[in-house]
Amino acid sequence: MTLLAEIREGLRIALTAIRANKLRSCLTTLGVIIGILTVTLMGTAIEGLNRSFMQSISSIGADVLYAQRQDWIIRSHEEWLTMRKRRPVTVSQAESILRQVEFAKAISPIAQRGGKIQYQDRDTLSPAIVGTTDQYAISAGVSLNAGRFITSSESEGGRPVCVLGATVATNLFKSESAIGARVKIAGRNFDVVGVLEPVGGLFGEGGVDSQIVIPLNQFLTLLDNNPDVSLQVKVASGEGLEEAREELRAIMRKVRQVKPSDPDDFSINQQDQIVSAFRQVAGTIAAVGLFITGLSLFVGGIGIMNIMFVSVAERTKEIGIRKAIGAKHRTILIQFLIEAAAICVLGGLIGLALAWPITLIMAKVMPSTLSPTIVCLALVVAALTGIISGFLPAWRAARMNPVDALRSE
Amino acid sequence: MSLIRLEKITRRYQMGGETIHALREVSLTIARGEYVAIMGPSGSGKSTLMNLIGCLDTPTSGSYHLNGADVSDMDDNELAEVRNREIGFVFQTFNLLARSNALHNVELPLIYAGIDTDERRRVALEAIESVGLTDRMHHKPNELSGGQRQRVAVARALVNKPSILLADEPTGNLDSRTGEEIMALFEQLSRSGNTIIVVTHEEDIARHARRILRIRDGLIASDEVQGRS
Repeated sequence: MTLLAEIREGLRIALTAIRANKLRSCLTTLGVIIGILTVTLMGTAIEGLNRSFMQSISSIGADVLYAQRQDWIIRSHEEWLTMRKRRPVTVSQAESILRQVEFAKAISPIAQRGGKIQYQDRDTLSPAIVGTTDQYAISAGVSLNAGRFITSSESEGGRPVCVLGATVATNLFKSESAIGARVKIAGRNFDVVGVLEPVGGLFGEGGVDSQIVIPLNQFLTLLDNNPDVSLQVKVASGEGLEEAREELRAIMRKVRQVKPSDPDDFSINQQDQIVSAFRQVAGTIAAVGLFITGLSLFVGGIGIMNIMFVSVAERTKEIGIRKAIGAKHRTILIQFLIEAAAICVLGGLIGLALAWPITLIMAKVMPSTLSPTIVCLALVVAALTGIISGFLPAWRAARMNPVDALRSE
Repeated sequence: MSLIRLEKITRRYQMGGETIHALREVSLTIARGEYVAIMGPSGSGKSTLMNLIGCLDTPTSGSYHLNGADVSDMDDNELAEVRNREIGFVFQTFNLLARSNALHNVELPLIYAGIDTDERRRVALEAIESVGLTDRMHHKPNELSGGQRQRVAVARALVNKPSILLADEPTGNLDSRTGEEIMALFEQLSRSGNTIIVVTHEEDIARHARRILRIRDGLIASDEVQGRS
């Protein structure tokens, strides 16, 4: 007998058996339904979190290096203490580094602090005031929604102009056009020349969207004449990121006069660091989450095994008949495996049907969709659950002695 | 050449620490086309003999050649194939699959033989027709009378054109009139060349056969060929 015909006959028997014991099949399936439902939702949530994070992180270019005093990710209290002791990067250091870096497509010094901005009688909640140069447009990869960015003459001359992040602009100007308007920053008048495109996401909301960009010289005279400067370096395409990083490090060490025997007293940060830190955390959450939800599927599997043992015992006579007229070990084994798998796949389908509307609700909070990958995976897992938990009962059925099986009632 | 050749077949069972000699060195040959009744009281070993001839069981010692092949050494899967190809069973309790209709019951041996769908349907319909149940073929066993069920079983037994039709008390669950109908069907099958072995304890049924084997205490007590009745 060919395997295909055996499987077809197995399916037929399985469906008949499931239909013949509707209530029992429903109850048995329930375990698998719940199992698949929870596993699917967990998978979708994890995928959604990852996607949401990756969308956010992409606002920090992958080819951008940040030379600054502290590390983005501080792993211990000791690390934090040493970093706190580091000297700030001064403006003159920054300028000196700027002159020496050759691999950059754009490099911008960034000084930042909280401040206040006023338009007529309106103000907005603590925006970050960023003092930088025209290069920032390229190094930060911002794009403009309206107007233009600070020009190089403005950043050198220090003319009081500013570019607003999307959130700042909306808060101050509602639906009016911000371009050309005069706002007050730290007591001084600035002309708005541009408004940035909204970025959104985890990093956009707290980052670019709520920034006010002004020329660095204005920042120095108005807000802080000795700030801790970060250097944002967009590496030119064709330059290796690692080499660029090493080169930047060497320049930093030279400029900050770090002794050859001392460790770096600065950090060079990049997107990768955040991504890998996130991956680590997200991976753990995913593993733990899937393990816990997997337990419910495991319980479902035990239910299937139990009911398959009952099914085999009930149908001993049938097994005997089938064996008498020529069913082999394999035939009987496949028959019961298919029955167990069919119950599970059925449960999987129902579980997915229930999971779908729930993921639609989840989609309001995070970019989660019931992806085809998860759907396929869920069905495969369901089928495997059936096959694994059906194996022992099926094996028992397959090994039955036809004479004894026929004699049973 | 004989279709069935048993040589010194012994079958012992262990039951509760006790050894039961169901068959003791039984030798027997049956030729193609014979119509044989195996008789004996319960516990005589006739069921064991039937199980062995039907390849449901294997002997403790001795050899069994069926249609030229030594089946006494075969493993379970090979025996399943032999049963499928060579043996058609008819049981006292019909042993039809309750959830399948008559047609599918008859098709089952063909499915296990790996015959493709169209051919299978054609052959099964033919077999159903030969037992006169064409108009009932879509009925499930519980929608059929005892006689009809047994005729479905006969159709199932014959559908693979086996070497032997092996019937175990085929009329045991039927009233005498329906029983006679089934025996008439056997008669007809025998005349058209089928080899039939009927296990029974009823003299009336055995009388239909040409040859009667009587088993007692695991041995063949008598083996007689009857004149044409």
